[in-house]
Parts: sequence; C-alpha cells; structure tokens
Amino acid sequence: MEEKLTLFKNRKRFGIEKNIDIIFKNTALVLSSFVAIILLGIILVVFFQSFESFSRYGLKFLVTSEWNPVKDEYGAFTAIYGTLVTSFLSLLITIPLGVGTAIFITEDFVPKVVREIIGSFVELLAAIPSVVLGLWAIFVMEPFFRAFFVFLHNFFGWIPLFSTEPTGRNSLLAILILVVMLLPIVTSIARDSLNQVPKKLRNAAYGIGASRWKTIFSVILPAALSGIMAGVLLALGRAMGETMAVTMIIGNSNAFSWSLLSPGYTISSMLANQFGEADGSQVSSLFYAAFVLMILSLVVNIFAQWLVKKFSLKY
Amino acid sequence: MNSLYYQKRLSRNIGDKVFTSLSVLCALIAILPLIFLVTYILIKGGSQITPELFTLEPNPPGDDLDAGGINPALIGTLIITTIASIIAIPVGVGGGIYLAEYSKGGAFSRFIRFGVNVLAGVPSIIAGVFIYALIVSTKILFGSMYSGLAGGMALSILMLPTVIKTTDEGLKLVPNELRYASLGVGASMYTTILKVTLPSAFRSIATGVVLGIARAAGETAPLIFTALFSYYYITGFGDLFYEMGSLAVLIYNFALEPYDAQNKLAWAASFILVLSILSVNIFSRILAAFTEKTKRV
Repeated sequence: MEEKLTLFKNRKRFGIEKNIDIIFKNTALVLSSFVAIILLGIILVVFFQSFESFSRYGLKFLVTSEWNPVKDEYGAFTAIYGTLVTSFLSLLITIPLGVGTAIFITEDFVPKVVREIIGSFVELLAAIPSVVLGLWAIFVMEPFFRAFFVFLHNFFGWIPLFSTEPTGRNSLLAILILVVMLLPIVTSIARDSLNQVPKKLRNAAYGIGASRWKTIFSVILPAALSGIMAGVLLALGRAMGETMAVTMIIGNSNAFSWSLLSPGYTISSMLANQFGEADGSQVSSLFYAAFVLMILSLVVNIFAQWLVKKFSLKY
Repeated sequence: MNSLYYQKRLSRNIGDKVFTSLSVLCALIAILPLIFLVTYILIKGGSQITPELFTLEPNPPGDDLDAGGINPALIGTLIITTIASIIAIPVGVGGGIYLAEYSKGGAFSRFIRFGVNVLAGVPSIIAGVFIYALIVSTKILFGSMYSGLAGGMALSILMLPTVIKTTDEGLKLVPNELRYASLGVGASMYTTILKVTLPSAFRSIATGVVLGIARAAGETAPLIFTALFSYYYITGFGDLFYEMGSLAVLIYNFALEPYDAQNKLAWAASFILVLSILSVNIFSRILAAFTEKTKRV
C-alpha cells in the first residue's frame, strides 16, 4: 500500500512532456497559418510580377485587344470577354439542367436505388480530369456537333453570335464542354440543399392541398435557394478558372469576334498557351492577366461564402 | 362528389405532368452524355493498352509508325503526386488539428477557415503561375528551372485545402467524451490528439486525403510550366531537378499532335488515369458506406 502511494506521488508530469505539449500546439498553429501565408503569397507575387505591365497600360489593358509580342503591345480584352462569356453562357445552360436533375433525384419518380445510383454516378463524373474531357471534346464532340454548327450558321447567321462560318474549334464547343464539367457540381450541391429542406415543410404544403410541383416551386426551391445559389457561384468560379478542357477546344485565337462559332480565348487558356515560351514584358502582361483572373474568381468565391453564411437555412 | 377523385384534365394536374416530364428530360440530357463519355474513354482507351506501353519511352512526334510507351509519364505522375502528398499531408493535417482541437472559434481560426475555402477556389493554373514566379524563374532549387519538384509543390497547393478541411471536419465528428476521458486519466493534450482523437478520426481523414490525392493526380494546368514534360526514363534521384513528364501533360501534348500514333497514346494514358481515379473514388465510397454501417461510437 505504502509503495503504491509513493508511485502515485511521483507520477507528476515531467518538464519535458510539458515542453512537447507546447511545441506540438505551436507547430500546429504554424502549420495552420501556412494557408494564409500561401494565399497572401499568391496574391502578392502575382501582383508584383504584373507591376511593370500594370504601370505601363493601367486599366487600358482590360479594354484593348491587341496582343502583339513583336510590337510589345498588350491588351487582354479578348481573353477577359471570352472568360466571362464562356462561363456565364455555360452556367445558363447548366443551371436548369442541373437543378432539374437534382429535383429528379430528390423526388420519388423512380425507386430510391435508381436515384442513388444516378446521384453517385454524377458525383463520380466530377472526378474525371479536365484534360481527359478536353481529349474527348477534340475527338468526339467536335465532329459530332459540326453539322449542327453549320445548321446554326445557315439559319441564324443574321444573329451576331452565329455570324461566322464554323471551322473546327470554337467558343461554343468550349461552352458545351464546360456544361459537362459544371453539371456534376451544380447537380450534387443542388441535391444536397434540396435534401436538407425539412420534410415537414413538404408535408405541410401537401396538407393544404398543393400539388407536387406547386410544392416544389413555392416551398422546396425557395427554401433551398441559398444553397443552390452558392453551388452555382462555386461552379461559376470553377468555370472561369477552368483551363485544360477549354484550352484544348476553344481554338486559341486573340482576334476578337462576337461570334460563338469563331475561335476564342480565355484568360486561363492564354496563360496555358503562352506562359512557357514568353519573355520580357509579355511575362508581365501574362501575370497581369492572371491577376485579373484571380481577382474575378476571388470575388465570386468570397461572395459565395458570404451568401451561404447570410442565407443559410435556419430551421 | 366529383372533386373527391383525381381529375386528369385539371390544369394543376396537367401542369404537374408537364413539369415531371421536363425534370425527367433534364436528367436524361444530363446523364446520357456523361454515360457516353465514360464508356467511350474506357473502350477507346482500353483498346490501346499493350504491355509495351508500360515499359517504353514515348517517341518524339513525327515518327508515325510507333509512338512508344508512357513509362516516364506514369512514373512521373507517381513521383509528382508523392511529392505533393509529402508536402500537403503533414501541413494540412497539422493545420486541421489546430483548427479542430486548439482553436476556440476566434478571429484567427475563422480567418484560416475562410482562407481554406478561398484557396480551394483559386484556379489551378494560378497555382502554376505562382510556383513559376517563385521557384522556376528564380532557379531557387539549386539552379534548376523546370522540375518535378516544382510540379509537386504546385500540386501541393491544390491539395492543401482538401486535407485541412477533411482533417478539421473528421476531428470535429469525434465525440468530446473521448477527449474528456483521455484528459481525465492524465494524458496531455498532444497524447490525447495523437493516441485518441486522430486514430478515431483516421478513416474519414484518410478517405478525404486519398480523394484529394486522386484529384491532384489528374491536374494538368499547374504542371505545364512547372514540371513541363520529358520523353526520357526517370533513372535516379537527380532527375527530380529536371523536367518531368506526367500522364496529364502527356495527354495534353499528344492530343494536340496531328499524328494518329500520338493521339492513341493520349487515349491510352487517359484510360489509365481515369480508371485509377474512378476506382479510388468508388473504393473510398464503399469504404465510407461500410464504416457508416458499422460505426459504434
């Protein structure tokens, strides 16, 4: 008994163990601040590298579309326009398709097993690398849609959007491959937010005699709107930053055109194409373009996070 | 009396039918191309698989008869992803431990969580641009410019948010009773974390991390001007400091070649990449479902 008691008394924490505890905590603290360091580092590095171009062109860079390494004149309007047009138009197609699919998955039109298989299949597709989608777009999608594009041009050529003769790769194909990439994102986020709507809301709507789609449009969708909106914004951020599939299919031409059937450019495809062999003030101009892209996607992402915080479901 | 029965011609019932068919149509339009895409990649790529593919170097484009194999790219992808994991996993798990175990929801941890989400949304090509400016153009790594090491660093930036998030969320799911019990019997904080909370969250963290690695393995944009591409076998440790090929960049380069032989190589590489990424995803999904069923804590 006596022996045990001394053992118990001696069992104090050693100084070295205390130190390890403190070191462990501080290491974790330092590691977690790496995220902030990297984020700030990215912003600062890209900003300072673009400084030369920024001081030379100022905001004129954003509205001129000359890109001439020989004359050393740079303006990124074509690429910025291409980034915005491809991402917004692809979202415009994706939103109804994705939300429609999400509704299909969350309602009970077909047995639960089938819906779950479809749901996880769509999620799996988000894992396919974009470079593989680009390969598929070049060899399968482009030939498949060629006749359709000719038809578009022949019948709707009077609309500026379809005014050029389709020749191979173009912006419209980039929009379509972006739809394929964004669908899984929008669908799975919309599905999650639809699933989170409490069942009693639905039951209440049914109880007062609303039909299925009256319930969906007037109760379920409004309740899930903030989540869906956040998903859409995330998809928008992804679309603007998406590089490989778009670079491979958009045709990479800096000549500005309103037509979707002519080759175009996005900021990220411009970076992918030119960064490797650029030198001198072209590098700085590319960094300037990268900075613009980063600001665009940061704004969209921060807005998405704010939206989730502000309008998240409170039941 | 009539109103007790279902009436087909009521406008609300017709409307319901219309919208139901619209939603079915949406699902069909969304899913059919996706099914087509996966089967096409698997069939077209699978038919190009030969044993030599795994052992040979790719031939430079132009030699139309024989494109060679993808051995350097395959090994390169493994090496670059390993480098990325070696950097991102310790940093991410450590950061996640701080957020979940030590932080008290103050301004710092809120800022870090916000930063994690923002970093996850940074376009992948920006990570490449960043590493290019920081490491490639400054030749800071012993005078080497484009290198597998720089490529791995670029990928680690993309993996980091995923790892932190899964660690943070995995640890938050561990019941507090376990922590109280451990601290109550006199364990210090770091023993509690290393011996109790981390092991019980291990499976969910591991699943998230593996999915993050699979995602990074398919990334191309950060590699095209950090690791660049190489046609030659990777023979030793020193090759880390030189240009290194990867499956993703091989697909990009060879898809844009006008030669059929190179295009076929791109399809074969896509098959290997997609198959491994999909199987990792499916496996971890099954594992996660299995864990959920057997979980007792």
